[in-house]
Amino acid sequence: MEYFLQQLINGIALGSIYGLIAIGYTLVYGIIGMINFAHGDVFMVGSFIALIAFIGLLSIGITFIPLALILVLLVAMLLTAVWGWTIERVAYRPLRASFRLAPLITAIGMSIVLQNFVQVSQGARVKTLQPVITGGYELMHAENFAVSLSNIQILIVVTTIALMTAFWLLIDRTPLGRSLRACEQDRMMAALCGVNVDRTISLTFVMGAALAAVAGLLYLLYYGVIDFFIGFIAGIKAFTAAVLGGIGSLPGAMLGGMIIGLIETFWSAYFTIEYKDVAAFSMLALVLIFFPSGLLGRPEVEKV
Amino acid sequence: MDTPETTTGRRLGPALLDATISAGIAFLLFCLLLGVRTVDSVTGITLQPRPILLAVVVGLVFFGRLALNLFWWDRDWTFPALPFLPKKQGDGASSAANEANRLGLILVAFAVLFPIVAYLLNTAFGLHLPLRYWFDLSILVLTYVMLGWGLNIVVGLAGLLDLGYVAFYAVGAYSFAIISAHFGWSFWMCLPIAGILAALWGIMLGFPVLRLRGDYLAIVTLAFGEIVRIVLQNWTDVTGGPNGISNIPGPSFFGLDFGLRAENSFHAFFGLRYDPLYGTMWLYYIILVMALITNFVTLRLRRLPMGRAWEALREDEIACRSLGINTTVTKLSAFATGALFGGFAGSFFAARQSFISPESFTFIESAIILAIVVLGGMGSQLGVAIAAAVMIGGFEALRHTDSLQLIFGQGFDPALYRMLFFGLAMVAIMIWRPRGLVSTRAPSITLRKGKAAIAGELVGEGRA
Repeated sequence: MEYFLQQLINGIALGSIYGLIAIGYTLVYGIIGMINFAHGDVFMVGSFIALIAFIGLLSIGITFIPLALILVLLVAMLLTAVWGWTIERVAYRPLRASFRLAPLITAIGMSIVLQNFVQVSQGARVKTLQPVITGGYELMHAENFAVSLSNIQILIVVTTIALMTAFWLLIDRTPLGRSLRACEQDRMMAALCGVNVDRTISLTFVMGAALAAVAGLLYLLYYGVIDFFIGFIAGIKAFTAAVLGGIGSLPGAMLGGMIIGLIETFWSAYFTIEYKDVAAFSMLALVLIFFPSGLLGRPEVEKV
Repeated sequence: MDTPETTTGRRLGPALLDATISAGIAFLLFCLLLGVRTVDSVTGITLQPRPILLAVVVGLVFFGRLALNLFWWDRDWTFPALPFLPKKQGDGASSAANEANRLGLILVAFAVLFPIVAYLLNTAFGLHLPLRYWFDLSILVLTYVMLGWGLNIVVGLAGLLDLGYVAFYAVGAYSFAIISAHFGWSFWMCLPIAGILAALWGIMLGFPVLRLRGDYLAIVTLAFGEIVRIVLQNWTDVTGGPNGISNIPGPSFFGLDFGLRAENSFHAFFGLRYDPLYGTMWLYYIILVMALITNFVTLRLRRLPMGRAWEALREDEIACRSLGINTTVTKLSAFATGALFGGFAGSFFAARQSFISPESFTFIESAIILAIVVLGGMGSQLGVAIAAAVMIGGFEALRHTDSLQLIFGQGFDPALYRMLFFGLAMVAIMIWRPRGLVSTRAPSITLRKGKAAIAGELVGEGRA
């Protein structure tokens, strides 16, 4: 029981990070119907920016950790958002009117570019950060096993919930969110009604990248180890999460992220750690067999 | 009067503004990732600023953008059309298709003659050409041509987006390696088995994804590819795990081996002097023939009811179903056929390398093969071949360029930048020619009118 509870906590923390990345996929898919393959690598770039900014702040004398973290968060969100914007502008916008596989190929190309750019500019070796946020609470205590909830896990879940709420308000209550939803339903009609479609799509990428940067920072703080390749696996998992929850649906992305995080954690805890990805991917295949458009996705109605 | 000087002068202001904004964005992009390098030290990570590099990159963006603004985007001339890549539609279309056919024949003839002619010239005149390297590179390119043509059946013809094609390649390679290690069977006996096993895996993958559409299909195939790789990596008893399988025998020439001290050696049988190149040339011809068979089968299949059903499925699944086409069988047959050729290519790969490990079957391989298919112009056989040659050949050429070192200094290692250039090339080619290098193709069937090439725009979108 205690072991189970501990794994549940770990799984939720991991699932929150996947959920944050998955939102970037699901937003972009919802609005322009493409798999933004480079998004996982945007997450990786965000993580590197956060690492560099954090060490930079420490070295110029800002050692008060909460202040440093807030500054790092802002810097990482801003700079990663610029990356997201640029990628859309350079690699996807020229192909907007093209057939569907074209932006997928440029997205794979951008993913290769980002990975290798970071590898070349920052080196291929893993970067380790000493634990920044330490401590935690002991929830339960069995004979030889203590269930602990660390501060970083609390931070991850709280940040995720706060961002989700803010994001949901943004989508649901603001003019920007309205134009975003309009573009999602019918881009042509939205343009006719005066929505600036190009700007909305750019903003989608900006928001997705900013959330990925938050995920990158949380990942860095949680695991303390990053390299140029983390984006690939995390990206695939997050995309799996988005599909699992029903691509295009925001709560679905979060739900999918949680499910993937939990499956992975429980599988590693109770079975073998080597096959945790196999478990997550098999779960995806199983769910899609019974719910072909994901758990919370709207079934695609095809008019003839 | 609008002389060119005054237009340029008038545009200088906006151009400068645009260039400044671009430079500002470039600064934001690169200020931390390029401007600072993380260095591992005893106390943890320290930062090492690189302001000069950052300034150079930002400056390049500024002046590059300025130059584009002033001289490129307003130019009143265009590139002459490329003679090899038929582009225009309409009157010239059928002649363009013929031209493509002729070009294909020329390429095949060249591919058949190339090793023999090169080898004879080399020995006759003692030229010391780097033949070994040329042959190895050609074999690599041809392997990707074959993989491209195989995947083209799934993506280009049936319109099913498959991101896990490398799984079948891996199944083929491992089937051959394991069978030959346990039973000692030769390449030629294992080849059909490996192909059939890969096809069976194709059907196995096909079943769960039958109901899925579009990107759901893409992600499940991707997941399938990853599952296969993870299993290969961890099932140490059978696959050797990360260490892979080594000492895989190469293909024999009708029972003759190519080794120096083999019992039935090729050179002894024909009374030739031993040359390691014979084995390489034999491999070259095997993969050439296998690739051509793939091409031939694809072209013939397109005329059979099965191939027509694939193309109908790509264009419109609902219409397809309402006309009584069994979409289940159609999809499964497309997956199986594509996987079959992937499996053949895989066992060839194992035989050529004589060593395989899960490293060779990562997602990036699937991405490269898919990129070759799409960059070649989906459904165009010639385009796939050209794209494979451009991407793989050009990519390999980067490994051996010493001229780049002259530009970037001695410390420049082109091998490090290969993948970076590869990704950039993928993006650039796609933006330059979104429909692929060969964007026209002959329709498989037309009503009454003669056979005319149609623009790629008219071919369905690869929806699943």
